[in-house]
Order: sequence, then C-alpha cells, then structure tokens
Amino acid sequence: MPHVIADALIITKRQWLQLFRVPEFLIFSTIQPVMFVLLFRYVFGGSISTGIPGVDYVQLLMPGIFVQTVAFTLAGTAVGLAEDMQKGLIDRFRSLPISRAAVVFGRAIGDGLLNIVVLFVMGVAGYLVGWRPTSGIFSVALGFLFLLLFGFSMAWVGILIGLSVREARVANSVVFIAVFPLTFLSNAFAPTTGMPKPLQYFAEWNPVSTMVAACRELFGLENIFGVTASSWPSQNPLQMSLIYIVLIIAVFLPLSVRKYVRASSKK
Amino acid sequence: MKSVVAENLVKTYDKGKVKALDGLSLDVSEGTVLGVLGPNGAGKTTTVRVLSTLLTPDSGSAFVAGIDVIKHPEKVREVIGLSGQYAAVDETLTGWDNLLMFGRLYHLSQTQAKVRATELLEQFALTDAAKRPIRTYSGGMRRRLDLAASLIVNPKILFLDEPTTGLDPRGRQEMWGVIKGLVKGGTTLLLTTQYLEEADQLADEIVVVDHGKVIARGTSDELKRQVGGERLEIVVTQNEISKVKDLVTKVASGKVTIDDDLGMISAPVSSGSRALIEVARGLDEISIHPLDIGLKRPSLDDVFISLTGHVAEETAPVEQKRGRK
Repeated sequence: MPHVIADALIITKRQWLQLFRVPEFLIFSTIQPVMFVLLFRYVFGGSISTGIPGVDYVQLLMPGIFVQTVAFTLAGTAVGLAEDMQKGLIDRFRSLPISRAAVVFGRAIGDGLLNIVVLFVMGVAGYLVGWRPTSGIFSVALGFLFLLLFGFSMAWVGILIGLSVREARVANSVVFIAVFPLTFLSNAFAPTTGMPKPLQYFAEWNPVSTMVAACRELFGLENIFGVTASSWPSQNPLQMSLIYIVLIIAVFLPLSVRKYVRASSKK
Repeated sequence: MKSVVAENLVKTYDKGKVKALDGLSLDVSEGTVLGVLGPNGAGKTTTVRVLSTLLTPDSGSAFVAGIDVIKHPEKVREVIGLSGQYAAVDETLTGWDNLLMFGRLYHLSQTQAKVRATELLEQFALTDAAKRPIRTYSGGMRRRLDLAASLIVNPKILFLDEPTTGLDPRGRQEMWGVIKGLVKGGTTLLLTTQYLEEADQLADEIVVVDHGKVIARGTSDELKRQVGGERLEIVVTQNEISKVKDLVTKVASGKVTIDDDLGMISAPVSSGSRALIEVARGLDEISIHPLDIGLKRPSLDDVFISLTGHVAEETAPVEQKRGRK
C-alpha cells in the first residue's frame, strides 16, 4: 500500500476515534437530518402537492433531504480542520515525514464514512415515515453511491474553507451562509415553478437541484420539481450532476492540497 | 560539526510591512543546546517554523543535519522532532491514542508503535493518565505528552518552541528535568524561551533575538557578565544612605549607584547571597533596619536594557495578532 493511503487511513482512524470519544457528535449529526425528515414530512407534507396521483410528498422529500444533509456535512469538515489548525495539530502533521496529501485525504475519507452512517440512519427514518423507492435494489444502491460521491466532492470544499479561515466558529458561519441558500434555492423541498423567473433559472442550474433530481430518478421517481424550462440540467440531471462533481473535485482537491502544503501556517 | 545552521533568514508578512525575520543567523553544534531568547514577536517562533520546514523564508538559507531545509524539507522531517508553543496533540483522544497515531504516522508498525508509546508514557510519568482524554490533562502533562510525541523516533535534532510558557512553577521544573534528561542522551536541541532563567538552566549557548535579528550571543555567564550579574538592592530612609553606602561598597563588584528619591542603594555583586548576608549583618550591627533588601537577578528586561537600551517590548504585532493565543 502506498504511504499516502496508509497515512491517510491513520488520519481517518483518528477522526473515528474522536467520534467514539465524543459520541454526542455522531448522535447530533444523525439527529438533525432525522429531525428534518420528520418536520418536512409532517409540517409541510400535508400542504405541498406533488401533482402526481399516488405519489406522496415524502417520496420527493427524501432525495432532497439526503442531498441537503450530505451538502451540510462539509460544515463538520471545515470546523474540524479549522480546529486542527488553530490548535497547532496541522503544524505537527506538517512536521512529520508523511505525504503532503495524507491529512486532507484522510479527512475526506473519514467524512465519506460518516456520510454512510448518516445516510443509513436517514434511510431507515425515511422508510419509517413512508418513503418507498420503487426503482429496484440496484438503482437505489447507485443512488446512495451517487450521494457519497457528491459528499466526497463537498468534503474538498469543506477542507479548503477549514484551512482558509482563522477560527472554527467562522468556518461554521461560512458554510452555513454558502450552503443554506443553495439547498433552498433548489427543487429539494418545493417545486421551483413557484419562484420568480430569475430564481427558477438559478434553481435549475443549481448543483443541489441536479443532484436531487438525479437521486429522484435513481429512486424511481419522475423528475417533476424542476421541469418548467427545458434547460439541459433539468433534462439530464444525472449527467449534469456528474459534471458538477468532477468539476468540484478538479477545482477544490488541488486547491485544498496546495493550501495545506503552503498556507496552513497562520504566522 | 554543526547540526543546525541558519544564515541571513528573512521573512516578511503583509507585503513586507512586518518583518518577522530580518537577516537572522544562528548555528547549533551537534549535541549541544542553543537557547533562543527574546520577547514575544522577536522572531523566535518564526525561526523554529523555518528550521522545522513549516515555513519557507523569503531569503536566506538553512541546513538541518546538513540537509537543505528549503530544497529537501521531506528529508529534514525525518530527522527532527518539533514541539510547539501550544500542545499540538488531539485533545479528544487519549494520550495513548495520540502516541499510537503519531507512531504510525512515523511509519512504525502497529507493534513497534505500541511498544514506543508504552516506553514514552513511562518515561514522561504519564502511564496512569494514558487512557484519559488529553483535555483532562494539566498544562504540564499536556506539554510532556506533546514532547513525547515529538520523540517517537528518537530524533537527533529537537526544536522546542517555548516549552514552559504558561506552566506553573512546578510544571516548569518537571519540564526542565525532562529536557535535561534528553540532552544528556545526546540530543541536539534548539529551544526558544522568554525566560533568561530557563536559558540559563538548559542552554549551553544563548542567542538573544530582537526585531528578527540576533543581537547578542554567548554562554549564559558571558551574557550575565554583559548585563552585570546579580545586584544587591537596599532601600533605607534618607539619612541612613551614606552609612549604608559604605557597607555596600565593601561587597560590591562594581559601581555603587544611589537613587536619592527612592532611598535605594544598589550595586553589582559577584558573591551573591554571601554579600547579602554580610551587608545584612553589618546593618544589624549599626541598628539600621532597611525598608527593603534583596538580591536582584538579571531578567530578560535587564538583558534587553543593557543590550538595546530598551525594555523587552512586544515588537512585531504578527505573532500577537495572528498567533494562536
């Protein structure tokens, strides 16, 4: 096994030890999405019509919440790295004879594993409130794989934010300000047709929308929340999402590694 | 043989507005301890960061164990240990977890890493606390664990950045003991400190830095001689000054100075407490009871005043503003 992977896995292991030493973190990172599932299912679910006979809101909601949750895990990534930086741990890692990419890769892998746990818990919660994917086991598995891939791309955004801010608290705010509007200016929770025209265009090109639409397709639903315009992303959400994922990784992965190597000193 | 050599290091921040290093040069002979003494913001931490490959200087050169720090940082990392100003260990993990993780990152096998972790915990009197999260440790224990983490592969050259800043006197004593033990084992050490006493205790040679430059260099004794060593200070009432001055003159090793306003007579002494006792006895014989009497050891401020004419001010705002404080 090349050193970079072996080293990265040690960093991943550390992140998991942290989760076991502070179990509250794992508990709260799963409670929050489950709470969202329940709130949207029972608060808005009654008043939002899918327009399709026999399809409940919950069928549309679950892919939206999956994507939102995965997008928000980058907050944990950013805060974790900002803390490591503040406490000087990054300095220590950088003084060790390990690959320059190991620490950030280890983190990205760790967050991927965390996403598996969170998605599993949410999937179970969704099933309990009536979510029933209809596309067959293979497509459903592919849908979750797709979500994990999206999470992996998001982790790199989180890593760059975490290494760029001076304080962990700032990292949290930055992520919130960036991700929160993105998840709502999308088709995740309501049809985009109700939005003002310019927002509709934004929503259709929004990676969150294409991801949600892609997941809906993979889980066996028609892509119905973003089809007012015949824009390419709303017609080909799966392809568009893959392009976004590749783009995000292609931009943020090298930037993150560069940031780690060069600028992680605050002095 | 020089283990560490730095020549004309320059590092500026904020587009040249703040000079953290302004042509700093130093060297450490193999198996010796160099104390880098200076106030906050003098450039101590920046020096350590450059030598430990964390920071690339704007200009200048640095060699550690004969390896060019700028050209081959990855090779330097294999031979050094670094323990920073702020304990850089994972606070949520236990001491054992931390040492095991760092051992693995140094590419020890699982078994080797466990053996080494056990040894180090023993050596640093942390065996009892091994299974507790670091956040429950005292300041001194954290520093010891941090130091232990930097010693996993027995580095030949060790950088310690203010190893005792923020520790209580007991923690400081313990840390000194640990460091002295390491030095006996032959480790080459570069240590930064704000305390003259610490440099005095631990270092074979001292460089004093200010504004990113070395302004003096020598052994502890040489520096103290430059500063004037210990001073005897006595405060009495106005009319007693002349009598006391005669007594002090007998034990003084230099010029006796008198501050009439304070009623203070002071003089450098070379015989330390013996001079103090002699003067105190003399005062008692002539029934003078001074308001204050004592020996004053030279502090960092005294070193700075005598070297630069100003007190050890916190010069560059960089470390303050951006530092992890």
